[in-house]
Amino acid sequence: MNVTERAELQGFAKDIRKLTILMIGELGVGHIGGALSIADILAVLYGKHLKADPKNPRAADRDRLVLSKGHAGPALYAALAERGFFPKDWLHTLNKGGTKLPSHCDRNLTPGIDMTTGSLGQGLSAACGIAIALRLNNNPAKVFCIIGDGESDEGQNWEAAMFAAHKGLCNLIAFTDFNNAQIDGTTTDIMALEHLREKWAAFGWHAVEVNGHDVDQMDAAISLAKTRSDRPSMIILNTIKGKGCTFAEGKVESHNMPVTMEMANQAIAALDA
Amino acid sequence: MESKEMRVVYAETLVRLGAVNKDIVVVEADLMKATGTGTFAKAYPDRAVNVGVAEANLVGIASGLSTEGKIPFAATFACFASRRAFDQFFISANYARLNVKLVGTDPGVCAAFNGGTHMPFEDLTLMRVIPNLTIIEPSDPVSLAALVEASVNHKGCVYLRLQRKPAPILYPEGEKFELGKSKVLRTGSVDGKPAQAVIVALGALMVGEALKATDALAAEGMSVAVIDVLSLKPLDAKLILEWAGKTGKIVSCENHQKRGALGSAVAEVLAESGKAYKFARIGVNDEFGEVGTQDWLAERYKLTAPHIAVAIKAL
Repeated sequence: MNVTERAELQGFAKDIRKLTILMIGELGVGHIGGALSIADILAVLYGKHLKADPKNPRAADRDRLVLSKGHAGPALYAALAERGFFPKDWLHTLNKGGTKLPSHCDRNLTPGIDMTTGSLGQGLSAACGIAIALRLNNNPAKVFCIIGDGESDEGQNWEAAMFAAHKGLCNLIAFTDFNNAQIDGTTTDIMALEHLREKWAAFGWHAVEVNGHDVDQMDAAISLAKTRSDRPSMIILNTIKGKGCTFAEGKVESHNMPVTMEMANQAIAALDA
Repeated sequence: MESKEMRVVYAETLVRLGAVNKDIVVVEADLMKATGTGTFAKAYPDRAVNVGVAEANLVGIASGLSTEGKIPFAATFACFASRRAFDQFFISANYARLNVKLVGTDPGVCAAFNGGTHMPFEDLTLMRVIPNLTIIEPSDPVSLAALVEASVNHKGCVYLRLQRKPAPILYPEGEKFELGKSKVLRTGSVDGKPAQAVIVALGALMVGEALKATDALAAEGMSVAVIDVLSLKPLDAKLILEWAGKTGKIVSCENHQKRGALGSAVAEVLAESGKAYKFARIGVNDEFGEVGTQDWLAERYKLTAPHIAVAIKAL
């Protein structure tokens, strides 16, 4: 990756963070921690790797994304708005009655959202179904899926993990946002995910671990995953919950927290400094 | 009366429709042998997906397939389709407004030797509260084939409650069926005598018992009509009220808990009509399932013709 491209992706990630903080600040409360921990992967996907046309969000040849940790919707809305899927004005409507941007992703409301998610553990199965359908249609598009580390407690993920490997779904590239925090505490304390990479590898996936805030590492990992022709890929993103936000970074309690406009403005100013 | 194995009809229908409609995909959870869709897998190997013993994943994968325009028929025993994969069907399929056809086999006492763990007396109650879901239980091979085809053509989720075992053919080949419509199978059981009561029955087993009950009552000079419900949701309230009006006496019959499914749906329609009717429900009375032959269980839970006849006479 050259210097310009890196700067662009990092700038995109910063914009996603600023808009996410603003949205949640305007609302007064939100899932800020887990939204900010995926800002960088969203920038790498929507800035480089995920083929999509904002003017035709259901184009057949697009790559699909299932944000299984649907509560991180605000970060994805920020990325989609930046890419022009819908007007940025919409971002002021997060969670308000009648909005097209609900707390959890909804494929029927928001242009660019491919699957309705929010009940944790269900997205990877849907991504498998999409991958099978693309294969049936001889469609070379990829399916990306982002699951959470806390979400990995849900057994359905592991049903899907077995299935995807058994079917050799090489068009499926999944990510685990490993920010080591779930609602009640750290994943280490609540439900340890030790040897997570080895678990996915043992299930038959191409599994790698990268720094989820390093655009170069993620870019390289996705490029490699795209070349796999035999099995699905799991890219574990080591991340920090609330990354880049002064009041949320590294805090378990940032999962869903009250945010005032004053806090939001300070955090945005710090990102710009 | 000639009978046909319902699972064979189900699979044959999908094979026939699948030849033309390439979007039809069969999704199974290690019960392909039970469901009979091996014939579909043989005809269209790419469009038959077996997910193993994993019902949550079954419904999740079906939902993903549907986002791409596929028409998945996901099947498993009705107990697992409803109790185990309820949230997946609720959120990933229905809340997401997708087009998943979920097939629950071995309803109620049809689970027989699989016993109480496998005996769904509550699947319809669970499914009925899912907004906008279409719920059908065909009564014979002809209605099954027609309603599978109607499900393919319907854009939206469907729950198909399917008895796999043989069922007598009740309708002539070519009879037309629609989602949301019931059929008057018998207008009365005594020649020239208007019906004095109507049985509203759901599914092959209960429609069969209802017909037997009307034969028994006819021998005593009582004329009884039979409505084959076919569609629990939407319920054909207009037809039910029409016959409630004609007879004044209604008995609902289901191979299921009395609470929350057909009996409740009919009671709601009758109560909200503003008119007074005599009404009774045949169904399982707040009990769990248990093991036995289907015939023994049908008697054990008082689902058989004599119990229906007694209920009618008591009105």
